[in-house]
Amino acid sequence: MISGVALLSALAVVTGFSGCAARDVIVPAAQPPSFAREQVAKGAELAHLGNCLGCHTAEGGKPYAGGTPIKTPFGTIYGTNITPDAETGIGRWPLEAFTRAMREGIDREGRHLYPAFPYDHFTKVTDDDIAALYAFLMTREAVRQENRANRVPIPRAAVGVWKARYFTPGVYQPQTNRSAEWNRGAYLVQGLGHCGACHTPRNKLGAEEKNAALAGGEVEGWHAPALNAKSPSPVPWTVDALQTYLRHGIADLHAQSAGPMQEVTHDLEQVSDEALRAIATYIVSLDTRTPDERRRHGEQALERARKVKLMQGNAVYDGACADCHNRGRGEEGGALELPLGTALTVPTPRNLAYIIRNGIVPPEGERGPWMPAFAGMLTEEQLTDLLNYLRALSGEPAWPDVAREVRNLSRGEQ
Amino acid sequence: MKLDVNGRVHEVEAEPATPLLYVLREDLKLNGAKFGCGLGQCGACTVLADGEAIFSCLTPISVVQGRRITTVEGLGSAEKPGPLQRAFIELQAAQCGYCIPGMMMRTQALLERQPGASEAQIRDALQPNLCRCGTHMRIVRAALRAGELMRGKS
Repeated sequence: MISGVALLSALAVVTGFSGCAARDVIVPAAQPPSFAREQVAKGAELAHLGNCLGCHTAEGGKPYAGGTPIKTPFGTIYGTNITPDAETGIGRWPLEAFTRAMREGIDREGRHLYPAFPYDHFTKVTDDDIAALYAFLMTREAVRQENRANRVPIPRAAVGVWKARYFTPGVYQPQTNRSAEWNRGAYLVQGLGHCGACHTPRNKLGAEEKNAALAGGEVEGWHAPALNAKSPSPVPWTVDALQTYLRHGIADLHAQSAGPMQEVTHDLEQVSDEALRAIATYIVSLDTRTPDERRRHGEQALERARKVKLMQGNAVYDGACADCHNRGRGEEGGALELPLGTALTVPTPRNLAYIIRNGIVPPEGERGPWMPAFAGMLTEEQLTDLLNYLRALSGEPAWPDVAREVRNLSRGEQ
Repeated sequence: MKLDVNGRVHEVEAEPATPLLYVLREDLKLNGAKFGCGLGQCGACTVLADGEAIFSCLTPISVVQGRRITTVEGLGSAEKPGPLQRAFIELQAAQCGYCIPGMMMRTQALLERQPGASEAQIRDALQPNLCRCGTHMRIVRAALRAGELMRGKS
């Protein structure tokens, strides 16, 4: 990354940028602003959507008072105090200044902000939403807490060069050939949600690769998985599953959110279903694989998952059955190798379940072939795992819903 | 691996497939349950898992984690025998005694469910357990007597 740093600094010098302000200072308003309750509530939801706390609240610190170290390949940047404190926060920032920061990446004093503040995304946010977010922040508890000095060896002037090359300001423009919900999702994902800040790969100068949007990136040492057709999710996401995941950090057939995403899904607990549905709709639409490809991919994953379940049945078999059934009939105390057993091959697991639970016992007082009963030993789940495992040994396709059969059997016999 | 035996939780270091019987006898020094055939054919190793009679020689410890195991030692002591043990002593229902802990545990499982079990029910329940000495008649009587004691008759 040193080369990137050097390049930027050199560019700044060559192109004649100096360290002084890039734009005018915006003077504070004479009167402190006041806000409607609904606007503040809307801003609260937007703050969660943007995960503002993530960078602007230090561990154990006051909300939005800054101080969070953000490690970038170019050095450590500290999240700033965005509470309405006049001296150390944004108390002196009129809406105009806040809007300029969001849309152009320029602070109230007119200086370039480092793009660790993702204005490349926030520029897409509408005036209304920026105003609501502003209303929310300006009604938080003012915390007096000095900003920590960034440790980045790049002059702010170089950021101007970077912006000229990589930054396109402008509010999100809806695509007319797409639904309102899709456009709402795209707006939130590309804008305030700044998903690409982690999920899009970056070039040597730290700019998102425009032609690889949401194709998987790096964050805090973690890989942020691709959200487009390259999604590595073993079972491809559906809108329903993704909406559930975004809200709860967990969804059926998918891993729990972890690492830096954990805090994002925690934030999204506070966001409306409408917004999450839109986000999910947009993101799932980026997976351009055909429905057939997606289904095959998911089925293969589920097949591998079934094999893991089979390992549990294998463990039961090793402990409870193998002693006799691995020996075969030829040996003392040995029993039939189970791939030779008929009960494994019939269309229902019931025969095998009866045999395992009740054993094979000749009528009282008579001689006859025999097998012990395992009813008390195995729980329903263990019996289910064992049945599935044995069925797999037979080479026949899996029995449907063995767990239900076992449950019915237990109910009927007790 | 943790095993709950006779109301105490034991930390056991053994392979998950190890038969419960071996762990009871060798690690926990509970020698009540006996090794007979090792094939689930004689019942000498019978213990309870959550009140159900199981062959501990065939039961890998992995499948009984988190369940209550009871052995004959859990029914009472020589000084303070439980009702089932009192009945077996009263009726001297043992010859060599090797099968008796298993007989007692399977009887216990039955009587916990049905303290008023009939002789026919006792005979049916004790089918998986063998006695080579031929003490069966006394064992069945002791089981009936134990039922009485459990129901509060003296």
